[in-house]
Amino acid sequence: MTSSKFLLKGGALPDGTLHDIVIEGELITTVHAGISDPQATVIDATGCVILPGLVDLHTHLRQPGREDAETVESASRAGAKGGFTALSAMANTSPVADNAGVVEQVYRLGQEAGLLDVFPIGAVTQGLKGEALSEIGAMADSVARVRVFSDDGMCVFDPLVMRRALEYIKKFNGVIAQHAQEPRLTVGAQMNEGEISARLGLRGWPAIAEEAIIARDVLLTDHVQSRLHVCHVTTAGGVEIIRWAKARGINVTAEVTPHHLLLTDDLSCSYDPVFKVNPPLRTEKDIHALREALADGTIDIVATDHAPHTMESKECEWQEASFGMLGLETALSIVQKTMVDTGLMKWQDVADRMSKAPATIGGYDQQGQGIAPGNFANLTVVNPSQTWTVDRDLVQSRSRNTPFHGYQLPGVLTHTFYKGKATLLNGVVA
Amino acid sequence: MRHLLSISDLSAHDAIVILDTAAELERVSDGQVKKLPTLRGRTIVNLFAEDSTRTRISFEAAAKRLSADVINFSAKGSSISKGESLKDTAMTLQAMGADAVVIRHSASGAPQRLADSQWMTGSVINAGDGTHEHPSQALLDAFTIRKHLGKGGSNLAGIKVAIVGDVLHSRVARSNVLLLTLLGAHVTLVAPPTLLPVGVESWPVNISYNFDDVVAGVDVVMMLRVQQERMSDLFFPNAREYSRYFGLNLQRLAKMQPHAIIMHPGPMNRGLEIAAEVADSARSVIVEQVANGVSVRMAILYVLLAGAPLESESKL
Amino acid sequence: MSVALSASDISRALIRISHEILEKNQGASNLTLLGIPTRGAHLASRIAQSIASIEGCEVPVGMLDITMHRDDLRIRPLRAIMSTSIPREGIEGRDVILIDDVLFSGRTIRAALDALGEIGRPRSVQLAVLVDRGHRELPIRADFVGKNLPTSPSQSVRVRLTEIDGADEVLIEGESH
Repeated sequence: MTSSKFLLKGGALPDGTLHDIVIEGELITTVHAGISDPQATVIDATGCVILPGLVDLHTHLRQPGREDAETVESASRAGAKGGFTALSAMANTSPVADNAGVVEQVYRLGQEAGLLDVFPIGAVTQGLKGEALSEIGAMADSVARVRVFSDDGMCVFDPLVMRRALEYIKKFNGVIAQHAQEPRLTVGAQMNEGEISARLGLRGWPAIAEEAIIARDVLLTDHVQSRLHVCHVTTAGGVEIIRWAKARGINVTAEVTPHHLLLTDDLSCSYDPVFKVNPPLRTEKDIHALREALADGTIDIVATDHAPHTMESKECEWQEASFGMLGLETALSIVQKTMVDTGLMKWQDVADRMSKAPATIGGYDQQGQGIAPGNFANLTVVNPSQTWTVDRDLVQSRSRNTPFHGYQLPGVLTHTFYKGKATLLNGVVA
Repeated sequence: MRHLLSISDLSAHDAIVILDTAAELERVSDGQVKKLPTLRGRTIVNLFAEDSTRTRISFEAAAKRLSADVINFSAKGSSISKGESLKDTAMTLQAMGADAVVIRHSASGAPQRLADSQWMTGSVINAGDGTHEHPSQALLDAFTIRKHLGKGGSNLAGIKVAIVGDVLHSRVARSNVLLLTLLGAHVTLVAPPTLLPVGVESWPVNISYNFDDVVAGVDVVMMLRVQQERMSDLFFPNAREYSRYFGLNLQRLAKMQPHAIIMHPGPMNRGLEIAAEVADSARSVIVEQVANGVSVRMAILYVLLAGAPLESESKL
Repeated sequence: MSVALSASDISRALIRISHEILEKNQGASNLTLLGIPTRGAHLASRIAQSIASIEGCEVPVGMLDITMHRDDLRIRPLRAIMSTSIPREGIEGRDVILIDDVLFSGRTIRAALDALGEIGRPRSVQLAVLVDRGHRELPIRADFVGKNLPTSPSQSVRVRLTEIDGADEVLIEGESH
């Protein structure tokens, strides 16, 4: 790993201004036009956009428990490749991250890998069972300093449990990240309920199952004056509820995944489980609403829901297959394709939705900072005018379940700097 | 055409070729000829990961009448029930040199997974997958309807068909909706709202919740099986109520047009979706459906396996 | 492309074949005509009419589709199967006259013999063809031939009949060498 002095020349900051940037040690030391420094390693960033290092609030690293699918180390490499300087490790590992021991272990593994920050997310309930609260306080006070709690994969369905959790985390300004899925309406659900599921004979996951929980939770959040984050919003109706809640001043934030910004449920027609994901791919109408909401800030952030799975859990019948898809290495390109190249957002907005806002929600002080002298040198360099082709055999992740295999995408990531270290240098992970 | 996975793989022309072929094969079989040499030396595997004796026997008889070698690979005692993956099973079949696999599976889309994978190269014939499709059943149903009510034409233009019962979970209904409308029939689905899929509005059919409104106006009443496990799943209050509103009983039989026929893909729940007297009545062609199954499946095997493999072919 | 047989040539050939069939079989009483679809079936009907006008009696006539018995199914695109209709008398003990338009490799006739064998056991099977163009690949010969047409293998012989094609003629297409 290279950690020395770097000079990024000729790149554009998110606001479009051209500046050279000097990185020394962990920090950005100079941001100015026309710098030359013979001691620095010069990186030609002409034609590139320089973003603050990307922050993912929703990542499945699979360790401990499913190291055959992913490890903290391999996910860190995938993150660096995708321009990330921080990941948030979801709690649904085995054992579940519902106590200080597991979150500290994951945190330490992240430190050891040293390619980016790994911030553990704690489980809301013990064993993700939705019954008894996990050791939320102990996790918050641990070395891992957990602030985000989620039973992701499972919905905190019991309204009383949700209420208590929302109240309890106020003690340290935590946030509950809810996987909004009404369980009774989604028994055995396989894909979005609609025209396509009717034809394919796959059991439907109705939009209402998401929207009903979002509606309940924003009302609960309002009632107990706490903070709610809605994971992976997928429906136009869900967007409307969040928009309404924000207008009322309810402290709710929301995320959308890259795949829900691009892919629709008709991909299930192949019965290829690489398109099986929870929440499921929805319709064109939903995609339109999600993009609009991300652009206008109703949806605050993009989060990957990176979900690696081994070959055998995807090379099978649809209904037997696991839910989830890879996301880290394609996230920025998908956002460029769906939001920037369509004119819906500027790079400044990308910097906000993929770095500053997620860092703020997660309470990650050293992430999502502006590109200015004295700030941590967490930076991502992307060439938006170049394209690349996704190849599942060439991913950094241990798994290959990317739904974008064969896609030609815009935006080639050339460099990632994590606290001054080049974790991605000329497209190669350090 | 290499696989038969869904009726949506077929054009109207393809479907009529299969029905016409079946009609000729039936005439041959009705005469003295019991066996044709057409598929001599070809291996057909019946891969039944879900019990269905009648469909398996029908395909087996069809394959044997065309002189194919048949290997039965059924759920009980096979490796499928021991958790072997579809992939491993497919690779085994490939190693055995299967020219075609007739697959019955509880997972919707399993036949398509087999066909699209690189695991095996033979033809895949969907013999019923989950709640998705059952194309050979629809073809034999269309064949039976054409035989009884076809007005000389090769298609089913203008024929009115009611499909009654658990459409939501029925692969027979899905395939029949696609095929019968493709052939020009008018289809009305009759079911309680709980047993119709969300999204059914986009199907080219009429929907009715009232069997009595429909029964007098149709040429064909096709009853669907109500599976026992639906009873406990809130789809309707109880069997008696289901039967009262959606069963084909003698009163409804009396309202049917004189020429109208009664069909059921089997196995029947006598007394639930169909009264015993109705099932055994002169209007019922249920037994004949079974007999027609062999000719239609011979035609499917012929169309899929007899021609030369083309360079560019995949699905039709 | 050249015309090998005109409408009147065809007509004369079929009348001659009818006479030859009757002569060889000493009448029509035990005859069953089976045409091989599609053109052979039409030729069978014509020969049946001709026999009827000569002898004043109806000859059972049917058609025999041999598609399912072909040995070249795997090397050619899929063929639609044609109708088979065996006269009510059946073929058991009958003198069956197979009728086809062109005799070439002999494989069609081989398949027809197999198909017949599945149906029953005729007393005899004889073969009548409108054109014999040679190039046999099996030990098969015709009993009654409308015309022997020497051809090269690269040429093709097209029989056109009024019932299907709107006119009666036999054409040879392609160069002889």
